[in-house]
Amino acid sequence: MSGQTPLGYLAAAGERAQAIVPLTWFVLSVSILVCVVIAVLLWVALRRGRASAEAVEIRAVAVGRAPHALRWIGVGLALSAVPLVVTLVWTMVTLAATAGPPPDVGLVLDVTGHQWWWEVHYDAARPDQGFTTANELHIPVNTRVLVRLRGADVIHSFWVPKLAGKTDTIPGQTNLAWLQASVPGRYLGQCTEYCGWQHAHMALEVVAESPQNFQRWRAAQLQPAEQPLGETEQRGRRLVEFRCGLCHEVRGTLAASRVGPDLTHLKSRRLIGAGVLPNTAGALSGWIEAAQGIKPGCQMPNQSLTAQQLADVVAYLETLQ
Amino acid sequence: MNRGEDRTPALGSVSPALEQRLQELWEGEGGLKGVLSTVDHKKIGLRYIVTAFVFLLLGGIEALIMRLQLAGPDLRLLGPEQYDQLFSTHGMTMIFLYAGPVLSGFSNYLWPLMLGTRDMAFPRVNALSYWIYLAAGIFVYVGFLGGNGPNDGWFNYVPYANRDYSPGMGEDFYALGMVLLGTSTTLGAANFIVTAMRTRAPGMSINRVPILLWGTLTANVANLLVVPAVSLAFFLLWMDRQFGTHFFDVRAGGQPLLWQHLFWIFGHPWVYAIVLPAMAFVSDGLPVFCRRPLVGYPLVALSTVATMILGFGVWVHHMFATGLPALGMSFFSAASIAIVVPSAVAVFSWLATIWHGRPVVTTAFMFFASTIILFVLGGVSGFMTASVPVDWQLTDTYFVVAHLHYVLIGINVFPVVGALYFWFPKMTGRLLDERLGRWNFWLMFIGFNVGFLPMHLTGLLGMPRRVYTYGPDMGWNTLNLVTSIGAFILAVGIVLLLVNVLKSRRGGAPAGANPWDAHTLEWSIPSPPPPYNFAVIPAVASRHPLWEGYLDEELRSSLDRGLLLDQAKESLGTSPLDALPDMILRMPEDTVAPFVLTIGLGVLFAGLIAKSWGLALVGGIVLTAALVVWLWPRRELREREAVRG
Amino acid sequence: MAELIALRQGPLPVGPVGRRGLGWWGVGTLVATEAALFGYLLFSYFYTGATAPPGWLLEPRPVLQLAVPNTILLLASSVVAWYGERGVLTHRPVQALVGFGGAFLMAILFAAVQVLEWYAKPFRLGTSSYGSLYFVTTGFHMAHVAVGIAVLAAIFLWTTLDYFSPRRSLSVSAGVLYWHFVDIVWLFIFTSFYITPYLGFGR
Repeated sequence: MSGQTPLGYLAAAGERAQAIVPLTWFVLSVSILVCVVIAVLLWVALRRGRASAEAVEIRAVAVGRAPHALRWIGVGLALSAVPLVVTLVWTMVTLAATAGPPPDVGLVLDVTGHQWWWEVHYDAARPDQGFTTANELHIPVNTRVLVRLRGADVIHSFWVPKLAGKTDTIPGQTNLAWLQASVPGRYLGQCTEYCGWQHAHMALEVVAESPQNFQRWRAAQLQPAEQPLGETEQRGRRLVEFRCGLCHEVRGTLAASRVGPDLTHLKSRRLIGAGVLPNTAGALSGWIEAAQGIKPGCQMPNQSLTAQQLADVVAYLETLQ
Repeated sequence: MNRGEDRTPALGSVSPALEQRLQELWEGEGGLKGVLSTVDHKKIGLRYIVTAFVFLLLGGIEALIMRLQLAGPDLRLLGPEQYDQLFSTHGMTMIFLYAGPVLSGFSNYLWPLMLGTRDMAFPRVNALSYWIYLAAGIFVYVGFLGGNGPNDGWFNYVPYANRDYSPGMGEDFYALGMVLLGTSTTLGAANFIVTAMRTRAPGMSINRVPILLWGTLTANVANLLVVPAVSLAFFLLWMDRQFGTHFFDVRAGGQPLLWQHLFWIFGHPWVYAIVLPAMAFVSDGLPVFCRRPLVGYPLVALSTVATMILGFGVWVHHMFATGLPALGMSFFSAASIAIVVPSAVAVFSWLATIWHGRPVVTTAFMFFASTIILFVLGGVSGFMTASVPVDWQLTDTYFVVAHLHYVLIGINVFPVVGALYFWFPKMTGRLLDERLGRWNFWLMFIGFNVGFLPMHLTGLLGMPRRVYTYGPDMGWNTLNLVTSIGAFILAVGIVLLLVNVLKSRRGGAPAGANPWDAHTLEWSIPSPPPPYNFAVIPAVASRHPLWEGYLDEELRSSLDRGLLLDQAKESLGTSPLDALPDMILRMPEDTVAPFVLTIGLGVLFAGLIAKSWGLALVGGIVLTAALVVWLWPRRELREREAVRG
Repeated sequence: MAELIALRQGPLPVGPVGRRGLGWWGVGTLVATEAALFGYLLFSYFYTGATAPPGWLLEPRPVLQLAVPNTILLLASSVVAWYGERGVLTHRPVQALVGFGGAFLMAILFAAVQVLEWYAKPFRLGTSSYGSLYFVTTGFHMAHVAVGIAVLAAIFLWTTLDYFSPRRSLSVSAGVLYWHFVDIVWLFIFTSFYITPYLGFGR
């Protein structure tokens, strides 16, 4: 994570976001300048003409006209027009550079917004190379990535501020966004279209890494779940298949539902619950037992498991590297 | 042809006998019947203002509860469901039930007084639009207090607002409540337009009207044209939710973005509708305290209209992230940037008025003058988000929350409070306390800026809107705490306003007819004004009839001597542009028909929400009966001939 | 000053005379806002249709057998209502009653045929967004026809009560204006739903 403001976009890390930063600074500076100038003018105007403090009786102050006052409006408008025109031109140039998908796309992803998590699908075009994951997407650094956005239920908005501005995911249509990271790192994303109770907890992470690391990650994600070795893990797997499998998929096991996030490589992700908890054994068991306490209203029900069952499940999930 | 009834009104002067006669003609009944049947624009205007302030307080309390929840990270004062209903109800209350109606209230009260006439064009419609507004407010609050508040924000996007995702009744209350409120707004708009065009005092040609006429007229022409969009959207949503239609349902060919278009075609003009009249308070009030006429009156008037015309063409800037084609977005972006120009006209006109004036600093003046800087702050943040790429980053963050509060508090609440300090003496005959007023102003001004200025930064640091809580490591903790503190300081300021109003209503210094030595017609009559407003219909010769002596105008208005209309409840109709006498208007007596009609409408809507068709039918019958009685041609209003033998 | 303004105008009518009355302006604003309402309904139709996948129209070639004569009937009723209004303005009570009564009957006939037309449609309100738009738009219009029928009935009744004269006729003019509006707006609805599919919209 970069710095203390993971969703601050002025410290951009990709070309699409970087293109917007100077424009933002420009309009922000103009705005601040305008406010200061107007405040100073207002202050001076108040000081210079102000009726004496004794004039509590308003009738004591004469009514009059002043010639040439209209110049204020003429000069004011002329001066305002300059930054407006610059902003307009700069906006159009930036829009042209950042709007459409670039010609040289190196990777295509499908991201679907769900209440309240992100489904990420790689390489839909080549089924044998395709896989599904959730809430954490990896991209190779310095590569332009096309993201096809869909909404599964309600409207969400896909936003990874350090890499790109927002694009909504709308049911019934496919919106295109594109990302590029110039610097390796983890970049936080967040749903920004209000989508219900847990709109606040609908984060994702974009991991930008070297092409070698990306290929390694991708190869690992393609693999089905590793066969558990110990007896505890086997017991856990059975529970996962029959309980978690109602909603989740673990490729290579009987758990094959796609209602919730794919768990095949759960432990390769840094966070769980779309960003609510770190992916530790303790947090996992807390999440399984009391997801509704942590993320009220989410689709994940609280599981009533015995301590032993919970330990087994977590032991198994810990193997899903 | 029977021209026997035509007559040339006599000219006369104000006299006690005349006032006595008019008092008898115009004074309403007392008691409960009088309360329910009055059509006096002054009473209705005050009701609007008081009701809107009650909603302001309710919305404010909702805001304070939310600010407690957001004061620190991961607080658990509210759960997501409670928070969602609170922020949705807060938005709905402030935007629909406070900001619009409070301006209608002031204009309702002030227009006939400023225009030199005796009531609005349609006094009964005026009563009706108030009653329906009240009914709509009660309707949605019954839902909210019963746990069925709206839960999808004030702009209420589908599909989340559809029944699949919002199964409770909250969205139904909101949808039907907005249809009801839309009716009220539309009726009010029609009334304002006709009043502006047909009832101005003779001689008050369109270039001599107060800016408030331009502001409210522009706002209401817009309302007339765009309110149907939102009423329709809410109606279609209700159909989708309750009758299985598919307007917004993708699975059956519906279009979720249709909602956004219909909503924002209304929504953006509405923003101007709730600031233009408030800006007009400043344009009319500021010059009084600067002791000179407004600089550039024609330009300010034209810029008011220009703002609205451009305002019709900017709605898509609320939808820059929905995946629209870049070409279309550039048009709306350009229009949104261009709208800065007419706004700048007002700012420079106000500045020039102060600069070339001799400001007398009163509380009202402070509120009006502070509006200038708050308007600029709210304006520049809007200008920033007009740039599409910047908006992609800023939209749906707290930057936008800061922006819209600078617009709604800065350019609505501040001028409205200023207007209250300015016109309270006219309404009650008493001045508000100036010492308390200073405290009131500074607490509001400091509290507001402490609360909302840092919010811009919160947004630049990426805090999304409408989150019920946030994590501790996002860099937003201090900013949010400061915002919460500011919100409470602002609230104390508002409480002081209330204290001042309650204290001064009876105990304030007597105001007299014209305590500010102001220049428009309402200050030429007693405070509070008599039921008939003007004993003689004044004739107007300039923009500032009461300052003609100071300004050495060639033509002088005639205020104490004018047309006598004292034979029946009558007022004067004038031509639309030049305001030349055109006809004598027969004004309706007090009647309970608007109230009964509203009861019928309320019962009808209660039936619809409960899906009790019998109840709805009863409501419909009451409503129809009231309409028939109302519209039946009356001889005393000269709507028909005398019954012939 | 005051004298100048007052004297220049001569005698002023008391209350509404002809169309010179606030009520006329009131109906004008009503028509403006209602026209906007239908504008948004048709916007919804065209927007949804333009963004929908092919095959959106449930009736790619809308049947015109009933709709065309019914449209002509409605437009003709406007002329008949106008004829009635002329009757009031020229002080011919019989002509007025014939006009308002005729328009009233034609309006009822239009509504009845429209109900038949609804039943003949191969789709319903809940079939798809097209069905919803068709029935809600024509339903909104039908509600306005119903109000128009009531208005024509009221004008007819008031005419029989001898309420009006060429001078006092604002209620008549306002009611007839409203009926013209209901008829003209139907022309837009008819064109959108029945004609544009033949021109290629929504295919």
